[in-house]
Amino acid sequence: MIRFEDVSVTYEGAARPAVQGVDFEVPEGELVLLVGPSGTGKSTILNSVSGLVPHFTGGTLRGRVTVAGRDTRTHKPRELADVVGTVGQDPLAHFVTDTVEDELAYGMESLGIAPAVMRRRVEEVLDLLGLAELRDRAIATLSGGQRQRVAIGSVLTPHPAVLVLDEPTSALDPAAAEEVLAVLQRLVHDLGTTVFLAEHRLERVVQYADRVVLLPKAGAAPVVGTPAEVMAVSPVCPPVVELGRLAGWSPLPMTVRDARRQAGGLRERLAGRTPPHHRTAAPAAPLAEVRSLAVRRERVDALRYVDLAVAPGETVALMGRNGAGKSTLLSALVGLVAPSGGTVRVGGAVPHRTAPRDLVRLVGLVPQEPRDLLYADTVGAECAAADRDAGAVPGTCRGLVSGLLPGVGDDTHPRDLSEGQRLALALAVVLTARPPLLLLDEPTRGLDYAAKARLVGALRGLAADGHAIVLATHDVELAAELAHRVVLLAEGEVIADGPTDDIVVSSPSFAPQVTKILAPQRWLTVPQIREALA
Amino acid sequence: MRDRGDRRSAAGRWGLVAQFPAPLTGRFGQGRSFSSPAAGSRAAGAAPRQRRQPKPPAPRHQHRSRVHPGAWWLWSLSLGVAASRTGNPLLLALLVAVTGYVVAVCRSRAPWARSYSAFAKLGLAVLLVRLAFTVVLGSPIPGSHTLLTLPEVPLPHWAQGIRLGGKVTAEALVFSLYDGLRIATLLICVGAANALANPARLLKSLPGALYELGVAVVVALTFAPNLIADVQRLRAARRLRGRPDSGVRGLLQVGLPVLEGALERSVALAAAMDARGYGRSADVPARVRRTTAGLTLGGLLGVCAGTYGLLTAEGGGYGLPVLLAGVGAALAGLRLGGRRSLRTRYRPDPWDAHAWLVSGSGAAVAALLTLASVRDPDALHPGVVPLVAPTLPLWPAAAVLLGLLPALIVPKESP
Repeated sequence: MIRFEDVSVTYEGAARPAVQGVDFEVPEGELVLLVGPSGTGKSTILNSVSGLVPHFTGGTLRGRVTVAGRDTRTHKPRELADVVGTVGQDPLAHFVTDTVEDELAYGMESLGIAPAVMRRRVEEVLDLLGLAELRDRAIATLSGGQRQRVAIGSVLTPHPAVLVLDEPTSALDPAAAEEVLAVLQRLVHDLGTTVFLAEHRLERVVQYADRVVLLPKAGAAPVVGTPAEVMAVSPVCPPVVELGRLAGWSPLPMTVRDARRQAGGLRERLAGRTPPHHRTAAPAAPLAEVRSLAVRRERVDALRYVDLAVAPGETVALMGRNGAGKSTLLSALVGLVAPSGGTVRVGGAVPHRTAPRDLVRLVGLVPQEPRDLLYADTVGAECAAADRDAGAVPGTCRGLVSGLLPGVGDDTHPRDLSEGQRLALALAVVLTARPPLLLLDEPTRGLDYAAKARLVGALRGLAADGHAIVLATHDVELAAELAHRVVLLAEGEVIADGPTDDIVVSSPSFAPQVTKILAPQRWLTVPQIREALA
Repeated sequence: MRDRGDRRSAAGRWGLVAQFPAPLTGRFGQGRSFSSPAAGSRAAGAAPRQRRQPKPPAPRHQHRSRVHPGAWWLWSLSLGVAASRTGNPLLLALLVAVTGYVVAVCRSRAPWARSYSAFAKLGLAVLLVRLAFTVVLGSPIPGSHTLLTLPEVPLPHWAQGIRLGGKVTAEALVFSLYDGLRIATLLICVGAANALANPARLLKSLPGALYELGVAVVVALTFAPNLIADVQRLRAARRLRGRPDSGVRGLLQVGLPVLEGALERSVALAAAMDARGYGRSADVPARVRRTTAGLTLGGLLGVCAGTYGLLTAEGGGYGLPVLLAGVGAALAGLRLGGRRSLRTRYRPDPWDAHAWLVSGSGAAVAALLTLASVRDPDALHPGVVPLVAPTLPLWPAAAVLLGLLPALIVPKESP
């Protein structure tokens, strides 16, 4: 269906090709997963399928890409629109119209599909993706997960033979991600649609893939094979594979189910041991305290009767589906929204009444889009500005950056950093004021496993130094590794609050893979097991 | 945590996608749209929908019986025409009240429906500026009731006819109040149109040849709201860095990142639109293309020549026929040009009885006030010299109330 023939892409002004030696085929009706660390050219390969590379991005494409027999050199993206549907990383950038129903129809209108057919397909897709309740809503008012589903729906309506998706689930909560993947699998199985997608959260997608294309490092030729073959050599892999490698299972399991079948021996070896608990030190007076907090936003109750206390040295993960109020709670803690009821106190101060200059020394937030925090042209200037803002000794921020981000020069532009590096820079900027309470909103979106591991290391260090950390996340593996406590939110209310192992073990959608494999034993992460076996 | 029970009943609801088994839907419906009773009835109503039987009573879907956006624009612009015919503050206030009431009753919950209050504030600002100018710069209206005397700034001789400061009379203030009120009413009428009909929906009524131009205009129009959202987000981020989030300096410092972001977003949008087939065109014979170009160009030239003829004294004879011929040729060119466009339209808004009534009620207000302004100019333009209290003329006021008709007939969207 999609054929790459010795393709290399060189962007204008770049010294070396972004990708080279790409030579493989995506057969019709298969779900092919593209994996690899950040910056290895995954998006370039995906966009060359729809013809956006090179027609839109510029640069030189050598070799040939054909989709359903059409050469992308002679066909512009618009002439491929009836066979390829593309959804990029940011669904907001994808929307042309402003209501859900019109957005679903837009692609079909451009292709000149008959009105009666359009009407039928819109209804089908509304039901398929569970969007019927939202059909008249303005897109600007939707939550992240809803937007992602509308974006996928909008390319499904023209019934393309090929669907190209760049990180379709990274913005979604675990259950919503499962639903989107189930839809994709159905498209592949029942309609014979070819799906080609890139994703960092391999634990979510690898079991659905028929074939995996691995880009091992920048500029290296891709490795193509079955999931088991590729995962055996891949530098990025989900916990189930990592556990399989650790236990020496063969063939390598791709799904929790496969792993459970082989896990009998491991469970016996682990039987006598208990998981090492990273408990917090002696319970201290809470650093931040939220009492029956209510926040109303545009006539909607975003939060209701929320109680939360965070002690120094404690790491708390806020989880819950998209739109449950996680970001609103973080915003309330940092004073960006004023409560409509109840109280918020951080270090004795009321956040939304405290001057920003004083507040940064009490609490810091790394927002979902770390780029919002960065203004300067170079990393060096950013650090100098951060020292001034926080009233810290000059060089404080630069020292933090060097610790988190070794090997990044002072004159690098923040825009040229990768997603993970930008996050680290924003984290350093926030930490310059040494706030005892650190908040992170969705920190692992777009991070590969290596960047995630560095982040986990840095946050553990901070918690050990006595910082309290609250993170809102959909990433169950991250929560399992870092958090002492998990707070589940639903529709603006706290529905569960307790130690991580109690909460995640009891919830099928929030349990990490290792827990599912080794249940009823209460292990959470691969490093725990490695430690126990050593 | 998740209930898979109700999904079985939802199986096979899709026409073509009927092969998809049930587990695909379920959860999104529940909980996400917050305890709407429709969520429960959805599964039950789904099967009938496929057979095109009456829809289940889902209140949200009434939205579709909405009035053609063009009708709303005609209604609001007609009220604007009516406002321009009168200077009577009581009639103008009545017009504002009528638009306000109709907007309050008929608008949807979409973000653009909030533009009415924005336009009302703009109108108020215009009124205040108009009054301030009268106070500072004076007014040609002769008046005898001096309210206060500002110190007059002597100006050089080349600025003759301009005055700074001096006497402020009640007559001048009242005159500019009436005048400003009229402009404010016009603005509020435009605001009402924006609140009641999304400008983007008007696109659907454009001829095919102009569609792509229309999309460009609408995308440009969404630039401003996006920019404002960006500014708000980045100012919040400034607060996170410990800098004050208000003040002019704060605004200036986020300027560059905001513009960068806006530019990036436009490029990404252009890529997405291209990948979704924007700008696909059908092959048309070269002959047709040339005819289209000829007709359109010739028609536009004809329109120019005809308008010139109509407006100048000597062209009285040929003006009208040339104008009409030009309009005809341009329309034919547009129609022919539409052949290049492959586009089809998804559920275009029908021009139905409601649309006729809405636009008709607006037109009636405009026509009756125009008539009244010819018949009884004194009642519609209360004098300021000598100063008299304006009275509400009975018949024109009744005519303005005709504009309330949409509030009575348009089906309401349930909250």
